[in-house]
Amino acid sequence: MLIRRPRPGDSAAIRPSEITSESVYLNRRKLLQAALAAGVAGIGTGWVSEAGAVADLKVQRNPKYSLSDAPNSYEDITTYNNFYEFGLDKGAPAANSSRFKPAPWTVSVQGEAEKTGTFALEDILKGHAIEERVYRLRCVEAWSMVIPWAGVPLADVLKQFKPTSKAKYVAFKTVLRPEEMPGQRSGVLDWPYVEGLRIDEAMHPLSLLAVGLYGKTLPNQNGAPLRLITPWKYGFKGIKSIVEIRFTEKQPPSTWNISAPHEYGFYANVNPKVDHPRWSQARERKIGAGLFGSRVPTLMFNGYEKEVASLYQGMDLKKFY
Amino acid sequence: MPSAVVIRRVIKPALFLLCALPLLSLVVAGFGIGGATLGANPVEKIQDTFGQWGLRFLVITLAVTPIRDWLNLPWLVQLRRMLGLYAFFYVLMHFLTWLILDQGLYWSGILQDIGKRPFITIGFAALLCLVPLAVTSTNKMMRRLGKRWKSLHRLIYVICLLAVWHYYWQVKADIREPLIYLAIVLVLLGWRAWKARPRRARASAGAVAGAGEG
Repeated sequence: MLIRRPRPGDSAAIRPSEITSESVYLNRRKLLQAALAAGVAGIGTGWVSEAGAVADLKVQRNPKYSLSDAPNSYEDITTYNNFYEFGLDKGAPAANSSRFKPAPWTVSVQGEAEKTGTFALEDILKGHAIEERVYRLRCVEAWSMVIPWAGVPLADVLKQFKPTSKAKYVAFKTVLRPEEMPGQRSGVLDWPYVEGLRIDEAMHPLSLLAVGLYGKTLPNQNGAPLRLITPWKYGFKGIKSIVEIRFTEKQPPSTWNISAPHEYGFYANVNPKVDHPRWSQARERKIGAGLFGSRVPTLMFNGYEKEVASLYQGMDLKKFY
Repeated sequence: MPSAVVIRRVIKPALFLLCALPLLSLVVAGFGIGGATLGANPVEKIQDTFGQWGLRFLVITLAVTPIRDWLNLPWLVQLRRMLGLYAFFYVLMHFLTWLILDQGLYWSGILQDIGKRPFITIGFAALLCLVPLAVTSTNKMMRRLGKRWKSLHRLIYVICLLAVWHYYWQVKADIREPLIYLAIVLVLLGWRAWKARPRRARASAGAVAGAGEG
């Protein structure tokens, strides 16, 4: 849930009973695990549960990395998105993902790191506080949203595997389950979906491994139970339902780049000056602005220029799109 | 064959209402009647619906003559004008939605897109080609143009191909649907080419493939 700031004269101001006691606060991690387990139990019943059977998460907003913009509605965020594994329409993920079982979940960590192997999701998240971060999301199709994600800084997670000096990139892979993901039964893209980041991009404090949104665990259609968020890049970099993290020396392949290399690059940084070959990226439609809300200018690096521009110093962004 | 009165008083009004259903569905969703909704991106929904139906009506219009011949229903051709005008209507609404709701009459962007983005250039060309057909769709214009009317209205062959191309170029990955439209258009055009082939060729080929035309 969104943290509601009480206004002066607001009768719903925080009551003493609502203030978290210190013992409960210190028990947050246990509660969090319980909440994740509850989510697991709720979703674990599989197809009998509705799509979007989610559990509450204990989250604390990180104001340093949160926009003050009003986020899109939960409805918009969970019914309008791309997740080709569940179909091509933006309504398809919500409509076709109820059979997907995001629990139990393990992630295989491989490659250039000291600690590799297969880890339960709970173990990967153990010891990390779940932050809420209100980020802009800019789709390569020139629409955008504002989304309150809940997650853990990617760097914190990656560091626990002790990547070696050979780890120049991080590759991610989505689960392959055609029986639960009807889109994977078509040959529209090469399955499973793969993505990657340069190690310095992955370690950037803005990169987030999201486990929830709006203070709840991720609904299936938004990439349950674990997905990547890199808010300065186009949305398709945000690989969903991650089952493999691999540290590599060479630049790993990425699905959309394989599908259409001249249209989708490895970097996929939001850039209003570098158009998609078939459409302009200069302006975007803000979802939720309504019928007459016209397009607004797209910002360099999706508005995160100050934070990330240094990662790309000296690079020709027209060439490395 | 239905009588002229039935065609005029029953079939045509019924078809008119039927063809308006896609528009009606948008109005219903726009006002949220019965829980219907245009979704998170209403502009895209409206634009896509108009575009889809514009293409469908183009193909339906193109299919009237072949179907008339295949099923031996000569009166079908009397419905062709209405179908063609609906095609123009939906294509025009698709364009206006893009112009006004999507681009917000942001002219520099609009002109740049028409010039620079091939799929928009092609779509715009298809719309431009449709204008003279709509303008010359009246009985008076048909009489005035005489034989030239038919030649002019053969533009729909090009328009259909442009429309499918426009669709094909804007999809991100799944080209199956545009290819289905292309196949249908090619069958409808191929049949015309087959029928219009020179008589001598027809006589020699007739022995082989003549039955297929029946």
